[in-house]
Amino acid sequence: MTDIAPENMGDGTTVTRLRHHSPERRARTAKRFAAERRFKYLGLSAVLLAAAFLVLLLWTVVGNALPAFTAHYVKVPLDLTTEKLTKENAADFNYRKIVRAGFGGLFPDVKKRREKRSLNKLVSSGAAIAARWEVSDNLDWVGTKAEVLLPLSDTADLYFKDLLGDLSRPESERTISDKEIAWLKELDEQGRIERTWNTIFFSNGASRESEMAGIWGAVVGSFLTLIVTLALSFPVGVAGAIYLEEFAPKNRLTDLIEVNINNLAAVPSIVFGLLGLGIFINGVDFGWFTLGGGSPRSAALTGGMVLALMTLPTMIIASRAAIKSVPPSIREAALGVGASKIQTVFHHVLPLAMPGVLTGSIIGMARALGETAPLLMIGMVAFIVDIPGSLSDPATVLPVQIYMWADFPEIGFQQKTAAATLILLGFLVLMNGLAVVLRSKFERRW
Amino acid sequence: MTVSFSKNIKLTLAFTAALAGTLAMTTAAHARDQIQIVGSSTVFPFSTAVAETFGQNTKFKTPVVESTGSGGGMKLFCEGVGEATPDITNSSRRIKESEFRRCVEKGVTPVEVKIGFDGIVLGSAKGGITLALTQEQIFRALAKQIPVDGKLVANPNKMWSDVDASLPNVKIEVLGPPPTSGTRDAFVELAMESGALKFEMLAALRKEDKKAFKKVAHAVREDGAYVEAGENDNLIVQKLEANKNAVGIFGFSFLDQNSEKLTAATVEGNEPEFEKIAAGEYPISRSLFFYLKKEHVGVIPGIEEFIAEFTNEDTWGEEGYLADKGLIPLPEEDRETIAGDAKSLKPLAM
Repeated sequence: MTDIAPENMGDGTTVTRLRHHSPERRARTAKRFAAERRFKYLGLSAVLLAAAFLVLLLWTVVGNALPAFTAHYVKVPLDLTTEKLTKENAADFNYRKIVRAGFGGLFPDVKKRREKRSLNKLVSSGAAIAARWEVSDNLDWVGTKAEVLLPLSDTADLYFKDLLGDLSRPESERTISDKEIAWLKELDEQGRIERTWNTIFFSNGASRESEMAGIWGAVVGSFLTLIVTLALSFPVGVAGAIYLEEFAPKNRLTDLIEVNINNLAAVPSIVFGLLGLGIFINGVDFGWFTLGGGSPRSAALTGGMVLALMTLPTMIIASRAAIKSVPPSIREAALGVGASKIQTVFHHVLPLAMPGVLTGSIIGMARALGETAPLLMIGMVAFIVDIPGSLSDPATVLPVQIYMWADFPEIGFQQKTAAATLILLGFLVLMNGLAVVLRSKFERRW
Repeated sequence: MTVSFSKNIKLTLAFTAALAGTLAMTTAAHARDQIQIVGSSTVFPFSTAVAETFGQNTKFKTPVVESTGSGGGMKLFCEGVGEATPDITNSSRRIKESEFRRCVEKGVTPVEVKIGFDGIVLGSAKGGITLALTQEQIFRALAKQIPVDGKLVANPNKMWSDVDASLPNVKIEVLGPPPTSGTRDAFVELAMESGALKFEMLAALRKEDKKAFKKVAHAVREDGAYVEAGENDNLIVQKLEANKNAVGIFGFSFLDQNSEKLTAATVEGNEPEFEKIAAGEYPISRSLFFYLKKEHVGVIPGIEEFIAEFTNEDTWGEEGYLADKGLIPLPEEDRETIAGDAKSLKPLAM
């Protein structure tokens, strides 16, 4: 690594030879290396920043969501001996009075009307419904006195979860009064309070009471909607891709179609919602006949059709890319041994392209699962309590449920919002994971 | 592998095609047996609560409630008669004459039901800024242009103390709803307009040219002192907690639900309290309505029963469950007349 001094050539001239290790050269090399390092660290810090945001997001969502997965229940003695209640009408009976009497009976000292009112507010206003579920599941309770677990109100539940903020503040600045705290403590001492897995959250539809609100309606709605989307966009998308890739002549028309498909993939999703409202629900009136129209508002069917329109371009592009990646030699070999064009496509090209097609479809479906904007136009952003039983029933979807809960004023909905977000993220990870597995398992490299 | 895979593909394609076929069939005529409600986002929390109780206590399906805004709801409602149109629309203001005319043209007979009051509050975080305002001061603080020495100039007030010496020396920062919101409409109409009338010059302008007056009175400043915070009131509450000097504009029900976090400015010496809004003493309050389509009664099952549930004392009375949600009930006599009119489906006349 020594530098070479100027060399005397013997005839009075000196020559300086540039060597790899001349100081200038070394300085330049060091500079280039430094630039490389800087760029590497810049890239790394970008990745770390992105990861930090992701961790922060997950941290807050998970932290907020966890309390929503459990709920506090109170064990209330219910007097089910009334004559009006029979095994036949147990599923329709109004248990409101029985619940009130049972819960009030735990505090025989509370007599004043106003006090009774605030006492009754400790139990969920959905307790009567919960009692109906419990009794219709345990019909032999009818005619006896039974201890039944009923949901507490959101305030009481949040009190036990210690989510009501600083309780040492003056009473007027809290959502829970001293008296209510005393009652809850008494119940706790009697061993009547139980914290269990929040089954209501996983089995119920929407509700205005946060303790009775559940995600199941939205999960079913999302499922029904996606079924419709898949059933429409997968066959049409794959068929379109096969035609464009294998059969279509190369001319201006197909070029135009191709450009349009690429453009459609980038169209904001709300536009598809407007299209859906115009064509599927209202119908386009041409005077002598009406195109479309008549689809039910707020239904999974209509939502699925709109989302299918939205996913179709993505589906076609992904399928075309997958079909294109199958080497021409496969087609030539098939045609060479006498297969027809359609046999070539269905026996050889499509099976080999399938992993790519499926990956593209799953990613398209995952995008459809996260959409709310197009559904806004067709009435799926709505408060829907009943769990949809068919495609034409009103339904809502997971992201819409999150959006609506985020807008409700009751504090209890903040945890529900986070919990629903977590569930939606879970489904998305699952779908993308499936895409990764399919790709790695079936993909062929040429 | 290839062979079985291709079989699978055919199966998948056949299956999806069959599914698509059944889809097309289920679309065919399916009579609607569920009430559809659209309209105001302010009435939404109340309407949904009634819908849920109605679904639990009757044999009818739970109505579907959409939050489309008062104007959007009215547009859908007046679209015509038939299953494809909603049965009920909620509104945080009375139906406009133009809307009513459009309804009548399309053969819709609206029945009006007034359900209660809502107050609009100027809230801030507990421990933050506290204000005692008059309507004139609200106008001075938030209008785009205010009269100074007989001339309209761009609002020069930067601090609350610039508006009035009695107010704190704190920068004016107000988070409020965007122009698409009914809350914003009501706020400019109730607070800003009556504030503007306190100026002689503007009161004179109103007599001469109502439109020009409205243009001045309804213009909210755009220089950063008023920030449009979107329709999500929860977001406003969170922002207020982060910034103790900011003031937010939102409905009374949010103040009611977040009473441990928020406090509200008094207007003309009146706190936005349940009793004061009900008595009409708190000046920035408005009536809430829903309109039902008379033609759909008897066609879509359950509409009459839904009205009965809504106008029940346990629902909209002083101790009803809507009061727990922040609705301010009507006076008792009004409740009786309105419930009677609603029951007899008295058509709205304008």
